[in-house]
Amino acid sequence: MTALLDPTSERTTRKRPLSPRLPDPAGGTVALLDISKPRGDVFIERLEELFAQRGVSTRRYRKPTFSKPAPLDLRRKIAAECTAVVEALAD
Amino acid sequence: MSNHPTSTTLPITDGLLVVVKDDCETCHLTVPVLEHLHREAGPLVVVSQDREDFPPGMEVIHDRDLDISWQLQTETTPTIYRIEGGEVVNRQAGWLRSGWEQVAGIRDLGAGLADQRPGCGSDTMLPQTYRRLLRRHSPHRLTSRKVELGSSEDLMEAAFARGWTDGLPVTPPTEERVAAMLKGTDLYPGEVVCVLPPDLAECTVEKVAINAVMAGCRPEYLPVVLAAVKGAAQSRFNIHGISATTYFSGPVLVVNGPIRRRIGMNSGINALGPGNRANLTIGRALNLVVRNVGGARPGGVDRAALGSPGKLSFCFPEDEEGSPWESLAVERGFSSTDSTVTLFAGHGPIEIVDQKSRNPESLARTFAWQLRMVGHPKIAGLSDAILVVSPEHARLFREAGWSKSRLRQELFSLLNLPTDEMVAGAGGVAEGLPPAATAHRPRVPKFAPGGLWFVHAGGDAGMFSAIISGWIGGAASSQMTTEAIDLKGEHQ
Repeated sequence: MTALLDPTSERTTRKRPLSPRLPDPAGGTVALLDISKPRGDVFIERLEELFAQRGVSTRRYRKPTFSKPAPLDLRRKIAAECTAVVEALAD
Repeated sequence: MSNHPTSTTLPITDGLLVVVKDDCETCHLTVPVLEHLHREAGPLVVVSQDREDFPPGMEVIHDRDLDISWQLQTETTPTIYRIEGGEVVNRQAGWLRSGWEQVAGIRDLGAGLADQRPGCGSDTMLPQTYRRLLRRHSPHRLTSRKVELGSSEDLMEAAFARGWTDGLPVTPPTEERVAAMLKGTDLYPGEVVCVLPPDLAECTVEKVAINAVMAGCRPEYLPVVLAAVKGAAQSRFNIHGISATTYFSGPVLVVNGPIRRRIGMNSGINALGPGNRANLTIGRALNLVVRNVGGARPGGVDRAALGSPGKLSFCFPEDEEGSPWESLAVERGFSSTDSTVTLFAGHGPIEIVDQKSRNPESLARTFAWQLRMVGHPKIAGLSDAILVVSPEHARLFREAGWSKSRLRQELFSLLNLPTDEMVAGAGGVAEGLPPAATAHRPRVPKFAPGGLWFVHAGGDAGMFSAIISGWIGGAASSQMTTEAIDLKGEHQ
């Protein structure tokens, strides 16, 4: 019998269920996250209008650069201040 | 510390054990608790890391060599352990009244103390001490999971089936091969080289060696691979972003210094192509580590729209001996006697053909024309680039006495481009610089300062040079990163 040594980090990924749908978005605050991609602001501004028309409060956030993960402080801030996030991922 | 490894048994089989040290304020606060436990909790052993007379007046085992703390995997002082049958069954690190009460099985501990107080770092966690203890307790032991294969299983197919390969067959990483690979370094298998994005996984020397075996490396290449992995994990290099981007780039490695010749790398004919084991397998080993340990797999974290063949391996040494200029490593602040590996987020090459220029002015113009294409002729200030100058082209600069900085200056001047050609919409092409970014600027520089690098390599014949195009340069994305190569026997 031959054995090979595992080249991976040997981590197992944990599957997490999706969070339940928000019963009523108007009850909370929705974060609008611009990741600093070109035209992300156009998308975010339109969403802001549409949420406002439906009486949903929103807050805007911006990642310093799209090429790196969002800083931990920003993630914590969003989690503390909002109930949901919409992220403008692509240009 | 004595040098022979020990197999420690704990000083107590059943009861409580508390690890403390004098140099820890929280430990001092918990001295009355220890006295309380001593009176009421049954068998108790107090282990002091730094002094035999702390806490004063108590019977203490001085863990001078830290073997007990190491065996307990103590990370914080104080830590209280419940030991049963010689094994730890419960523990609480730092001072937390409820936790200590639970471990000790006694209520109302530490009257007058705050409910909680963070502890201090265990002396075993001091970097130098940690390394010594690691060597002492597991000098050569390989700890990776062993994947047992059936006698009829094909080893290469088994590696494919488990998702370990880049799409090409790998050398099966048997224990014997990995042990042989580890002879290429004085570092111990369990030493952590870095924490590797995107999964932020601890990457040990052993894991690098396993992937180096799979890539086809010889043991003497291992120090280069280790340095490359270390460089890739630097936040300035941003391997997470490079892996995740929809763009083409991957890590490009340029090796400088004496190690190039010692391990037989090729900086001549086909320097960027096939034919040399060291060039090809070192670059491949890094990419396998990023895939297997870092967790960046194509279609997973790696979202490249097209990718590029260089993401399998893109590694070459500079031809320093034949170069008219100082090497890339010297430009990066190292000495010509240092061995280094430089990482660049890039792809390519883009060809530069110029068989007719006979003076550097003309050839520099050719370079500039082609460099303008990096990314898009109407995009500026975004990507960096490496220009790989071949011997026949370099000869013109040598004969005319052009230094590297002279050529760079000339190219920056030629590539200070007219804004009206670069702005979005100009020339009937929507792509281009946003008007707001170009307002009141008649010209824009194609490359950011520090965004254009030169390396000398290639065969003696052929008036062709090459551009290695970058991803997004600068501190917000990826910056060129140079690591010294820790050569065997010279690393400490």
